[in-house]
Amino acid sequence: MTAPRTLYDKIWDDHVVHQAEDGTCLLYIDRHLVHEVTSPQAFEGLRMTGRKVRAPEKTIAVPDHNVPTTAGRDKHIDNEESRIQVEALDKNAKDFGINYYPVSDIRQGIVHIVGPEQGWTLPGMTVVCGDSHTATHGAFGALAHGIGTSEVEHVLATQTLIQKKSKNMKVEITGSLRPGVTAKDITLSVIGATGTAGGTGYVIEYCGQAIRELSMEGRMTVCNMAIEGGARAGLIAPDEKTFAYVQGRPHAPKGAKWEAALAYWKTLFTDEGAHFDKVVTIRGEDIAPVVTWGTSPEDVLPITGVVPSPDDFSGGKGDAAKRSLDYMGLTPGMKLTDIAIDTVFIGSCTNGRIEDLRAAAAILKGKKIKVKRAMVVPGSGLVRAQAEEEGLAQIFIDAGFEWRLAGCSMCLAMNPDQLAPGERCAATSNRNFEGRQGRGGRTHLLSPAMAAAAAITGHLTDVRELMAEKV
Amino acid sequence: MDKFTTLTGIAAPMPLVNIDTDMIIPKQFLKTIQRSGLGKNLFDEMRYTQDGQEIPDFVLNQPAYRNAQILVAGDNFGCGSSREHAPWALLDFGIRCVISTSFADIFFNNCFKNGILPIVLPQDQVDVLMADAKKGANARITVDLEAQTVTTSDGQSFRFEVDPFRKHCLLNGLDDIGLTLEKAAAIDSFEKKVATLRPWA
Repeated sequence: MTAPRTLYDKIWDDHVVHQAEDGTCLLYIDRHLVHEVTSPQAFEGLRMTGRKVRAPEKTIAVPDHNVPTTAGRDKHIDNEESRIQVEALDKNAKDFGINYYPVSDIRQGIVHIVGPEQGWTLPGMTVVCGDSHTATHGAFGALAHGIGTSEVEHVLATQTLIQKKSKNMKVEITGSLRPGVTAKDITLSVIGATGTAGGTGYVIEYCGQAIRELSMEGRMTVCNMAIEGGARAGLIAPDEKTFAYVQGRPHAPKGAKWEAALAYWKTLFTDEGAHFDKVVTIRGEDIAPVVTWGTSPEDVLPITGVVPSPDDFSGGKGDAAKRSLDYMGLTPGMKLTDIAIDTVFIGSCTNGRIEDLRAAAAILKGKKIKVKRAMVVPGSGLVRAQAEEEGLAQIFIDAGFEWRLAGCSMCLAMNPDQLAPGERCAATSNRNFEGRQGRGGRTHLLSPAMAAAAAITGHLTDVRELMAEKV
Repeated sequence: MDKFTTLTGIAAPMPLVNIDTDMIIPKQFLKTIQRSGLGKNLFDEMRYTQDGQEIPDFVLNQPAYRNAQILVAGDNFGCGSSREHAPWALLDFGIRCVISTSFADIFFNNCFKNGILPIVLPQDQVDVLMADAKKGANARITVDLEAQTVTTSDGQSFRFEVDPFRKHCLLNGLDDIGLTLEKAAAIDSFEKKVATLRPWA
């Protein structure tokens, strides 16, 4: 009888092509997602060595990082360097015969939203992409992580990666979330508790009642930010919600293959008694709506809190906190809800799915924004179309939001959607690093509902107070 | 990839914790379709003002550190984005080795693919190396990959751990893809097996 295994152990074992004596493995990759920023040098490498893409049918490309989110982008992209990168992806996709969703295709969007939406991402698979937020796909019980461009080239050429196994970490969220608390609050709270290096060397499995109660969209939000906690990947065991989400999607298995897949997927859970090297438990009831105050995703506090002092921290973190507060223009002791917001950004691979837009629209309905600008960037053309059909787009537009086309947009500000120096943004994205959304820009990370609340009050706001008004 | 055997060079101190890859190379420089030429934009927003003037206080702008080949950095160096532009920029500037108490996973991997050696040491040893780096250009740190040692300018030596396979590749400047393609038969048979076991994959 084999020893009890974790979900990670099982997926890993099923993908080992070769294991060397020192434990270095060649791991087979089932799905390789590709975008325009981290792939041109990899395709160029293939050309220079005369190599082909080994499994073009398992390789899926979509431009997302650079693309403008305004009309006309399918005809022309003004920024020359961005245009060259997008054109390079067009050409590479064609030359190497890989699956491709160009800007003109309604299915185009952020690569981590397109993959699950089209049924490319399935439970038990290995999924990689030259992008750290590949962790998103772990929501399906797929082992998914970001890689560098050299590894992109390696996967293109060999459909494998050279890997050493990570350790197992369990993050359990017990009980249920309270009203106004979302998947984003879970994932930020976990990082707040463990730190941005707390997951380094681990693959995290998220479990517990609060995780089970999340929709697939919410689970993707949680896994998306596993990387912000330093983990290689985040995983959630597949269940009936997962199967229901996958069934019928364009690239999901059908007929007899579906039945066979389902039987296999139902074996994908952590065995009773399996060993975890690290365990973190958080009570779902203890999680509040949170925001970040600093320039690291670990700088998380409940919205009811106050800006901390550098003296609250020890070691190198004290100096980092001082630098963060200077950068963010905040004074220790001030209430988080007193922080005035200039701009609201709703979107990204963290929170650009339909459920996120619904949550924000529910707060915004019938209200007007009090911030200088607010934009919604749906995660894909299909999310955008669905939001229009459900009437969400009109709610955003009526409130004063810009209703944009799909892409990464202001999450990393490679396209024209950027903050000006000193501009303060409430963002549903994943990183509050210095300069992330534009040089000198100040980012507060929060959930879509909290972002909507900030939009209509003009300052960081406890969304629960607005929800109480509605009752 | 260039080999890495031994290196004796100037080490620049960067004690800040959580130095992320957006700091190492901001996104406006990710629009290149080449690997080279990023050194001038390494740490761009910490190194230059908005109008492109050097910020004199920044460590790599100080005369003693302009030719640094080693960074001694605070915890969790290289966190954030997977951009390999970060090690490309470091390498293009001339950095071949980074020493810290911990590194983010993807950045750590990316270093080895580009002939950069990331070294993890305990806090007390990094503190000693940080103090040595702060002495300036006359204090040269020596890294010996074969022996797995880092030696300060006054001869204090620390042993570090490195994965044997990665060490082998760095010492010999080996291309991973070439090595993996030697196992093409194993990949073929894996694919055959999976076509039966998991035909939907």
